[in-house]
Amino acid sequence: MDLQMTWFVAVAVLWTGFLVLEGFDFGVAALLPVLGRRPVDRHLMLRSIGPLWDGNEVWLITAAGAVFAAFPGWYATWLPALYLPFVLVLFGLIIRAVAFEWRHSHHTAQWDSTWTHVITAGSLIAALGVGAALGATTLGLPIDADGNRVGGAFAGVGWPAVLGAVAVLGYSVVHGAVFLACKTDGPLRLAARRFAARWSPVAALPLLAWAGLVHLRSGTPATGLLWLVAALSVLVTWARIRVDREGQAFTAWALVMLASAGTIFGAAYPVVVPSTIDSAFDVTVADASVSDYTLTVMTWAAGFGLPVVLGYQAWTYWVFRKRLSAEPQSPEAAEEPVTA
Amino acid sequence: MDVLDIARWQFGITTVYHFMMVPLTIGLGVLVAVMHTMWVRTDKPEWLRMTRFWGRVYLINFVLGVATGLVQEFQFGLAWSEYSRFVGDVFGSLLALEALLAFFLESTFLGLWIFGWGRIPKKVHLATLWAAVIGSVVSAYFIIAANSWMQHPVGVVMDGDAPRQVDFLAVLTNNTAVAAFSHTIAGALMVSGAALVGIGLWHLRRRKLADAPTTDVDHAVWRRSVRLGGFVSLAAFVLVAITGDFQGKLMYEQQPLKMSSAEALCETAAPAPFSVFAWSKFGSQECDDVHSWTVPYLLSYLAHGDFSTAVPGVDELQTEYAAAYGATYPDDPSFGDLAGEPIDYTPLLATTYWNFRLMIGMGLVSAAVGAYALWATRKGRVPTNPVAVYGSLLAIGAPFVGNAAGWIFTEMGRQPFVVYPNPDVDRADQVYFFTAQAVSPGVSAGEVMTSLIGLTAVYGALAIVELWLLARFVRRGVTGGDGAPTPGHTPEGTPDEDLPGGRDQEPDDVLSFAY
Repeated sequence: MDLQMTWFVAVAVLWTGFLVLEGFDFGVAALLPVLGRRPVDRHLMLRSIGPLWDGNEVWLITAAGAVFAAFPGWYATWLPALYLPFVLVLFGLIIRAVAFEWRHSHHTAQWDSTWTHVITAGSLIAALGVGAALGATTLGLPIDADGNRVGGAFAGVGWPAVLGAVAVLGYSVVHGAVFLACKTDGPLRLAARRFAARWSPVAALPLLAWAGLVHLRSGTPATGLLWLVAALSVLVTWARIRVDREGQAFTAWALVMLASAGTIFGAAYPVVVPSTIDSAFDVTVADASVSDYTLTVMTWAAGFGLPVVLGYQAWTYWVFRKRLSAEPQSPEAAEEPVTA
Repeated sequence: MDVLDIARWQFGITTVYHFMMVPLTIGLGVLVAVMHTMWVRTDKPEWLRMTRFWGRVYLINFVLGVATGLVQEFQFGLAWSEYSRFVGDVFGSLLALEALLAFFLESTFLGLWIFGWGRIPKKVHLATLWAAVIGSVVSAYFIIAANSWMQHPVGVVMDGDAPRQVDFLAVLTNNTAVAAFSHTIAGALMVSGAALVGIGLWHLRRRKLADAPTTDVDHAVWRRSVRLGGFVSLAAFVLVAITGDFQGKLMYEQQPLKMSSAEALCETAAPAPFSVFAWSKFGSQECDDVHSWTVPYLLSYLAHGDFSTAVPGVDELQTEYAAAYGATYPDDPSFGDLAGEPIDYTPLLATTYWNFRLMIGMGLVSAAVGAYALWATRKGRVPTNPVAVYGSLLAIGAPFVGNAAGWIFTEMGRQPFVVYPNPDVDRADQVYFFTAQAVSPGVSAGEVMTSLIGLTAVYGALAIVELWLLARFVRRGVTGGDGAPTPGHTPEGTPDEDLPGGRDQEPDDVLSFAY
């Protein structure tokens, strides 16, 4: 595996990590109006992702940073081609971040419900937008020989973008429900389980369609196999959540994304921006990459840095592993000195 | 306006706005970590309350910095794709490393700190805050290294039509980066020092007028805040001056036009005088229209450390640069409207000149307020003079303005280049890039105008909410009494605020929020 391929894999891993991790907090936020009608449940939902969403979002920043760092030609073609859609994603992420933090900085019911709606709206925009961007960069953008978009501000938002958007949102919503089933207790846990049991097969269809299309365009037997794994994992999730095995369902649903993203990126390689005008205009890994020297430097940095990051992020999940419950805890539990 | 101008306004507005949050995050982060450390070491309740109060201010501000920082990472690709292609071999890796080595650290450990009260051992919990703060400082280093590479490109050779990185360590240890980083961190500490002084004095005065006791914990909180803030302001000012002087000497070597524009120095002078106040025909970019009141010899000292060195004037440098880099832009569509037009190598004189003075002036104001606060609170005194106290409160803004002015100066001062040629390198091997060729060719003026208006409107609205929240929270102060959580016990263990049977309201200074 040469350096460019290594970094293509690294970029794919970072986007996948983002979709798996931020996916559940997007999903929880999107489900607030559905599962969080009672204030108790709403607060429980927000508490479940409170310590985690910011760390999850850094996966997006790192993924975009890695695209710029390793493949500036990809970054400089992809972003301007979807200029306004990307700006909309940024709006979504901005209002979502401040809403998380500001919601509890003032105590009125009006304030609380306003910022809760903002969290939902921002998360929906961001999930749809990131999905659209990834759909477009794996299924096609109308770019010319110089990598410039043809056809006006919204020319990039064709069916590939719409499919990617629906796929990421659908995946995230169920992911959020399974996460809540794992992470909370009481009526919310039951409601989340019911939701996931009902919707998981349907919600995965756009993602499987997207992965299938990329595979059909330029896949290999390996990506075909991965696609089957993804489809199978959907069934496993559905079967496991129906028998209340939440942890297994969560693992299987995470595998749905890992295998789908594996199919998508694996089949797309070495093209990073396919042109819908002429495949001769496709931007490939080789066109877009930086020098081997820079890739080597980054490989060393990532080789040392990434395991450390994974280590302390895992530790965070361990510290906050406890199931959250709306029932007031007993005084003894509160007095107990907690150590990690 | 064409797409270049709109994109430049957008970058300027979003970056200056982002940099309102950044220095407060860095400076206050360090001080909150110090307060928390003092609490862990001494177990004194005022340090805990200070940690919680200032920690909350830090967090309200932090999140807006994160949110607006997202825009920064994406807009290089969105509006400046040709720039991104050109600098790709160097610039992107610094951003990626910033995310990988700093942002993860910052966000993950901040989450642990916020929600970790009582859940993890006390000292480990303290370490999580230090880890987050170190993350902020490391991120500052990477992004400043990236910026400094644009000011002084090192570690690269031209390879075809773009630079290729050959020495990553040279990029990381760029002397421009070391100078700018230390200057920026010192400037950030001035911001946090001013906040502690202004808010602390206001509370002390209010408590005194209300005849509140001077022996309770809350009094100690505000008093310590003022003293700490005053010392930090003064110490940071000394650092700002030293690092700024170092930067000035580098600027004289690396970007002489920025230096002489900062001084509106038209003709080469030896020894060169420092301009204190200048006036000119309004809007004129003609150097000869400028008249100055000056201090003789001082500029030679700032530039080179003696009182005789010649400092080249704007007119001479303009001719020199035109000879080296061309009198007109190449007649090529990649230069947009400017293709074939004459190149003005002199940055906007009024902008560089006045921002340079604004930066220094605001630094002096902050230092003076810090000194006043230390003097006025000596031996347990509490100042009640409304002009002095409200003046100190108002002066919280001074280092913010100073920081912004400094960045506007240094970024406007390197125009018309986005990557400034490094004079240490032979002309033939120099790496440089004009701002005019950096903008995304495929993006229309309408698109950038839409995002400019949208971002400005959203940023404006967020600023209003943030200031309102901060003012409200700061006015309320530390909430004393039994509501404060017992150290070592989990506030999470207490019932949720909105639950039946739960407390009506958690004390506002609880850092672990009621999600």
